[in-house]
Amino acid sequence: MDAAGTIIVAMIAGALRVSTPFLFVSLGECLTERAGRINLGNEGVLVLGAMVGYATSYHTGSPWVGVLAAAVAGALLGGLHGAICALARVNDVAMGIAIMLAGTGIAFFFGKPYVQPSAPHLPTLPLGFWSDVPQVRSALDVSPLFFLGLLAAFLLHWFFRATRVGLRVRIVGDSADAARALGLGIDRIRLLATACGSGLAGIGGAFLSLSYPGSWNEGLSSGQGLMAVALVVFARWNPLHCITAALIFGAAGALGPSLQTIGVSKGYYLFYAAPYVVTLIVLAITVRPGRALRGMPGELSIGR
Amino acid sequence: MSAASDTQRSAAAPVQTGAADRLYPLRRALEALGSPVLALLLSAICFSIFLLALGKSPADFFSLMWKGAFGSAFSLGNTLQRAAPLLLTALCVALPAQLGLTVIGGEGALVLGGLAASVAALPLDGAWPPLVQLAMAIAGAAAGAVWIGITGLLRSRRGINETVASLVLSYVGIALFNHLVEGPLRDPASLNKPSTYAIGDANMLGPLPGTGLHPGLLVGVIACVLAWILISRTSLGFAMRVTGGNLRAAQLQGLPVARLVMLACLLGGACAGLAGMIEVAAVHGRANASLVAGYGYAGILIAFLARHNPLAIIPMAVLMGGIGAAGGLLQRRMGLPDATVQVLQGFIFVAILASETLYGRFAWFQPRGAR
Repeated sequence: MDAAGTIIVAMIAGALRVSTPFLFVSLGECLTERAGRINLGNEGVLVLGAMVGYATSYHTGSPWVGVLAAAVAGALLGGLHGAICALARVNDVAMGIAIMLAGTGIAFFFGKPYVQPSAPHLPTLPLGFWSDVPQVRSALDVSPLFFLGLLAAFLLHWFFRATRVGLRVRIVGDSADAARALGLGIDRIRLLATACGSGLAGIGGAFLSLSYPGSWNEGLSSGQGLMAVALVVFARWNPLHCITAALIFGAAGALGPSLQTIGVSKGYYLFYAAPYVVTLIVLAITVRPGRALRGMPGELSIGR
Repeated sequence: MSAASDTQRSAAAPVQTGAADRLYPLRRALEALGSPVLALLLSAICFSIFLLALGKSPADFFSLMWKGAFGSAFSLGNTLQRAAPLLLTALCVALPAQLGLTVIGGEGALVLGGLAASVAALPLDGAWPPLVQLAMAIAGAAAGAVWIGITGLLRSRRGINETVASLVLSYVGIALFNHLVEGPLRDPASLNKPSTYAIGDANMLGPLPGTGLHPGLLVGVIACVLAWILISRTSLGFAMRVTGGNLRAAQLQGLPVARLVMLACLLGGACAGLAGMIEVAAVHGRANASLVAGYGYAGILIAFLARHNPLAIIPMAVLMGGIGAAGGLLQRRMGLPDATVQVLQGFIFVAILASETLYGRFAWFQPRGAR
């Protein structure tokens, strides 16, 4: 294969792998923000999910049980955020950062013994069976979690559009006054949305430790949980657009390593940062003072 | 500007008190002191239960923590060295917070400030060291100011939310830092850990003469005191607080809101950049990945714990620096993982931030004679 082909194949492979945790975290953040709260703690949830998923997979021998445990752990930590932010005058941005530090701290504390042993990984679907080129075959070894993430995005989209509960979440996120007038339990709905959102983020963490990069260590997350906020802005709070955002941000993250395969080893940090710069430029073009961003939930503290 | 900051300002907003209520300032101070102390106790109790569940002695833990943080001259020095950057990164949050802005990009400003400082030292090699240090400080503060200044510009000109903008810019800043340190500005001799060229031993900031204290501590404390004077004793600071308390009122008064936003962001960014310069000039001697140590994020929480009061930042930063400094001793003596202190810090942050809800709940602390 020529150089361009190598890069493209490596980028597709990387995008599919790198985008999966982005997809889960941004979907979780999207759900939380649609209910009117912002959860920066998803970074801590991601790391905790990675640790819990890895440890559970190691002890039970089943990576899928690990994924489930990661989701439960994430939901618990997210629930803590949701419950505390329900108290009057607690700032959700600051609490998110506190949850992020607490979550990574707990993960590093209990995760120490699991740095060495190797746990069973999630299987992959060999979608490249039709090709004779080994790079293409390995590129198309896609984790089933990627498809689960796609399914979750469509389900979440349907949930917001077509279900009664989804409508309630949107009402709570768009106008607390309207929700109060309808007699909706605002705090309860936001708590559940934060917990479920963090459950999704926990699955994203399990992907990091059980699929790609596929090991547990303290440098596992490179800030995907924090950057989910930027992805959700990019996706305009639409779960389907989260797929696009995750693929674009994932591909940019994959460009560096794929350039390395043909011997270009400089400048890839700038490629990592490129989608974020694009997000800011898009924001600068589309936002005007006094006019909120289209699609942004009205109750969001970062909307004002 | 944001609902969250409205609520956080309202506690500190001046209340018209009757002449009979002379003791109100005292009670207000008690309230401001009481709820964080209560939260600290609560987090200590929760953490003790956590330790007991693991079969470790909380008494041993806290006495070792005291020893590791404040027990000897060495540990105190370690504590203060960790507290110094926190003072400055907390100011990066507390200054814009006066205007109701939640800026969380201190990490990016810190690393770029450190990088700019180390670059500024290179062409001045061999010059009079205080001159080099001054150039480094100016370069570091300028880099940080530019970085948070972009956030301020986006906020005041385009109405882009400062929390999102500063978070994204922080990520971009760290990427830029990594690119420059591993690429164009790399010292080829730094093999395992890509770094810039060393600033040279002569240019390092030594401990404060006579006391042996970390030089950054002096800079940080001075910055906190100056910020406090600016906020509470000048008309400029009053204009900032008015804007944070009620944006509409500030606009009707004709206050230059956009310029105030820019000023607060530039000053805050300069503080964070200065923190990076001090990390380079007093600790690492060159810019490398050690600068990306989470001081920016810890600073956000310390500013919130101090309720954005620059003077209250000092004890909070020393407390958190002390807990961090005790990590090594706890690891050696009790066999606890080094992340233990991070867990304790997490408990404390969560508890104190949650204790914010206690303000205004108890009538005894409220002004009397009003209404």
